[in-house]
Amino acid sequence: MSIEYLGLSEINGPLIALEGVENAAYDEIVELVVENNKKKLGRIVEIYEDKAVIQVFEGTDDMSLKNTRTRLTGHPLELALSEDILGRVFNGIGQPIDGLGSIVPECKRDINGLPLNPCEREYPRNFIQTGISAIDALTTLIRGQKLPIFSGNGLPHDQLAAQIVKQASLGADSDEEFAIVFGAMGLKHDVAEFFKKTFEDSGASSHVVMFMNLANDPVVERLITPKVALTAAEYLAFEKGMHILVVLTDMTSFAEAMREVSSSKGEIPSRKGYPGYLYSELATIYERAGIVKGSTGSVTQIPILTMPNDDITHPIPDLTGYITEGQIVLDRALHQKAIYPPINILPSLSRLMKDGIGEGYTREDHQDLANQLFSSYAHVGEARALASVIGEDELSPLDKKYLAFGTALETTFLAQGKDENRNIIDTLNKGWDLLKMLPREELDRIDTKILDKYYK
Amino acid sequence: MEIIGDIYGINGPIIYVKGNLGFKIAEMVLVGEDRLVGEVIGLTKELTTIQVYEETSGLKPGDKVYSTGSAISVTLAPGIISNIFDGIERPLKEIAKKSGAFITRGVSVDSLDTEKLWDVHVTVSKGDHIYGGTIIAEVPETSAIVHKSMVPPDVSGEVIDVVKDGKYTINDKIITIKTDDGKTKELTLTQKWPIRIPRPTNKRFAADRPLVTGQRIIDTLFPIAKGGTAAIPGGFGTGKTMTQHQLAKWSDADIIIYIGCGERGNEMTEVLEDFSKLVDPKSGNPLLDRTTLIANTSNMPVAAREASIYTGITLAEYYRDMGYHVAIMADSTSRWAEALRELSGRLEEMPAEEGFPAYLASRLSAFYERAGYMENLNGTDGSVSIIGAVSPQGGDFSEPVTQNTKRFVRCFWALDKSLAYARHFPAIQWLTSYSEYVSDLSNWYTTNVGKEFVNYRNQILSLLTQESQLNEIVKLIGSDVLPDDQKLILEIARVIRLGFVQQNAYHPSDTYVPMEKQMKMMEVILYLYDRCKKLVAMSMPMSLLREDAIFDKIISIKYDVANDELEKFDDYKKAIDEYYNRLIATNA
Repeated sequence: MSIEYLGLSEINGPLIALEGVENAAYDEIVELVVENNKKKLGRIVEIYEDKAVIQVFEGTDDMSLKNTRTRLTGHPLELALSEDILGRVFNGIGQPIDGLGSIVPECKRDINGLPLNPCEREYPRNFIQTGISAIDALTTLIRGQKLPIFSGNGLPHDQLAAQIVKQASLGADSDEEFAIVFGAMGLKHDVAEFFKKTFEDSGASSHVVMFMNLANDPVVERLITPKVALTAAEYLAFEKGMHILVVLTDMTSFAEAMREVSSSKGEIPSRKGYPGYLYSELATIYERAGIVKGSTGSVTQIPILTMPNDDITHPIPDLTGYITEGQIVLDRALHQKAIYPPINILPSLSRLMKDGIGEGYTREDHQDLANQLFSSYAHVGEARALASVIGEDELSPLDKKYLAFGTALETTFLAQGKDENRNIIDTLNKGWDLLKMLPREELDRIDTKILDKYYK
Repeated sequence: MEIIGDIYGINGPIIYVKGNLGFKIAEMVLVGEDRLVGEVIGLTKELTTIQVYEETSGLKPGDKVYSTGSAISVTLAPGIISNIFDGIERPLKEIAKKSGAFITRGVSVDSLDTEKLWDVHVTVSKGDHIYGGTIIAEVPETSAIVHKSMVPPDVSGEVIDVVKDGKYTINDKIITIKTDDGKTKELTLTQKWPIRIPRPTNKRFAADRPLVTGQRIIDTLFPIAKGGTAAIPGGFGTGKTMTQHQLAKWSDADIIIYIGCGERGNEMTEVLEDFSKLVDPKSGNPLLDRTTLIANTSNMPVAAREASIYTGITLAEYYRDMGYHVAIMADSTSRWAEALRELSGRLEEMPAEEGFPAYLASRLSAFYERAGYMENLNGTDGSVSIIGAVSPQGGDFSEPVTQNTKRFVRCFWALDKSLAYARHFPAIQWLTSYSEYVSDLSNWYTTNVGKEFVNYRNQILSLLTQESQLNEIVKLIGSDVLPDDQKLILEIARVIRLGFVQQNAYHPSDTYVPMEKQMKMMEVILYLYDRCKKLVAMSMPMSLLREDAIFDKIISIKYDVANDELEKFDDYKKAIDEYYNRLIATNA
């Protein structure tokens, strides 16, 4: 039998303090009943002797120091899991909101997860074809990778994520069991509907688990949403052997929520008011991607974050870039030129592509081709800068070729339709078509043998 | 006597115990039923503050805290090399055996295998007088490394009994000594050492020989000495980890300690896989036979991340004491600094710059000063070199960790975003990088590589610098208006950038380049420059000079000449001569 505590000693934003508790554990979940009818959940975030500081997920509205009863549950937040979660919709803390009743759990898992032992990881090497040239050729997605999309407000990151999900999961390996876990933090209603509809249209909705914390849902809930989503993903991947693609959007809302709670706890801020543990906290989320030795499943993460003011050096994209295995950066200038997807390839990167491409995976020339495209496109930037000073006419013939190459790359290689699914060989051949616009001596990143074979 | 306290408060990895019960500062304690490892970091009359190296979820006020009487220490004995540990020297493979793929809390494992029988050859005999550092036994630890067990630094006496050579575990008695105060003491292959205290040495030597890495831009332009310190700062995606991996693979240290401090799990897996497959070019042994990995990935507890750097350097010092050259790769020291910041924030200390604690600078200097080329207590020479990656926030080098690191390292390899964007690797920017070791090492280069080496190096660097100055002009008015001698500099600098500075880590012969070849490459490039300069002086137009394929031929030397075909360089010189003569014949 558990004791209920009546009343609180303090309410401060999303935090409440309770005195006189016995036997409370750090990180334990408590159940709160407000005015005998409203149930809320909270988590103990600090504890001193008999005084506990509790973070309330659903917000502290309607609570007073007298009308709340608190009960300890004796365990950290757990998620009820079974294969039936596929096709269901939950709120940000894992409670069903689709009116189909609760899950009959096969097991319950602590949502905090545990660090995966580096010795037990399988190094990811399997290429995932997304059908998008810029990604497949230049920032290849690998199964078990965490590859975020760095975007800005108003850029088509949602469409891009939806296209990746659609084309990657229904690719050539569709006989393997796949599922999508979708975690939404502070998402706008319209965007949530867009994703729902995309999943339905592609016929994938029976393979999707959605965890929705919308823009008007309680802020504190967002701190839990990615962890809940990843707990579900890990369960499906490592216990049920499925290949899971996790889309988390928007990580910026998650970080904002953390700042909000940290400041009401009175913590010492580090950069731009974010708490010092922002890096560790983001890492515990992103590092939950990967493949475990001896298991057939995998967790691949595509987090989306909107860079405040398009600033890639802002702490959120900055720290994310240090943890994830690369990034896909969207660019406003390209978007305004009506190029979709507006991927700025120069700062974009996939750290795992080197081991998942080339002979046996994609094609022998892939790495050299990618290096050369990057290198030549970097030169396009220099030529354009020069042209803006001295005018295009004054450029050397070579620089003019570079300008033409740059435009062609953007309009024929980067740009593609929202439903266009290019296979990797087409993509690579398109890349060679571009390089043929440049004289052979300029191609200094490519092995001579490969040049002989493909540069004709 | 064991002290037991009660937990009073918990805030993340920091816990408080009420009262002053006699815990010592920096003492290791065990917390709660799961006996989580912790360390005492603050004492007042009212409160004892403890940082816990594991996840504190589920701890309750009133749970017990037990003293151990000793500081956080590492176990030093055979079995360290080829192993992979977490931040407090717990072997991850053993943890996996006990708790499966995910690391659970409170797993109790021995740091090193206590059951394995090692082939022990005892190197002292009865009657010997031994002192701190004396080597008492030799054990073949891996195919590459002979482990030399030593007397702990604070012990000395006369040997009164030794065991026969044979198979022993790390806890078996090897010798018995009578200490100076008449007590007898048994010594095993094992000793312990607190991680925050540098192991003592006799003296420090000047840094006068390089750590040869096979990476051209490092060895030639910005060399690091054995026992030296270097920092690799760079924003994400500029290739810090790649550079560290290259150094760990190819540098000519005897032992590599690779510390993955708050970095990616997949990267550690990659090192583990790669290094067991790759072969050391000098000894022919697997690279893992000379490597120890310390992996405290970003999602593992933050306090252990703070400790991992110290664990790594203590292991390095132990092997240095045996007379080995050890190189430490610390990836990344920024994560360690952030761990300091996170803990400092939890302790509600007054922050200095950007939320970092004011003691950041002194902690960094204390760490880097543990590097050095030393004479050990037993008279052998050994070195510890530290190569620390720095991940500056937003790629901005003016942030506190980069700035403070810069004060304490002598080698600065600044990685550059725009080079990385153009996939020019290693993306070490030659204009902002420096090495203070160049003059210290010039004697070594002159005697061991070639008389002209330092001269060539300076010429190469000077050409690159001139190029960047000319580029300022080119940016404004285009390259066509430059006089021909300046156009030539741009052309030669391009050859240097693409053919020399840029190095392909995935190319079998370019991934590691011996010093002799580096020297020859510089020689050929400068020879070409010299010849072209003469042609330009004869007012031969640059457009004509550039028509020849010779420039591209020189650029691809790095791929076309294997590391053991150095005689081919003469052909290149001949080709340059032919080019020169041809131009004169047809145009003069």
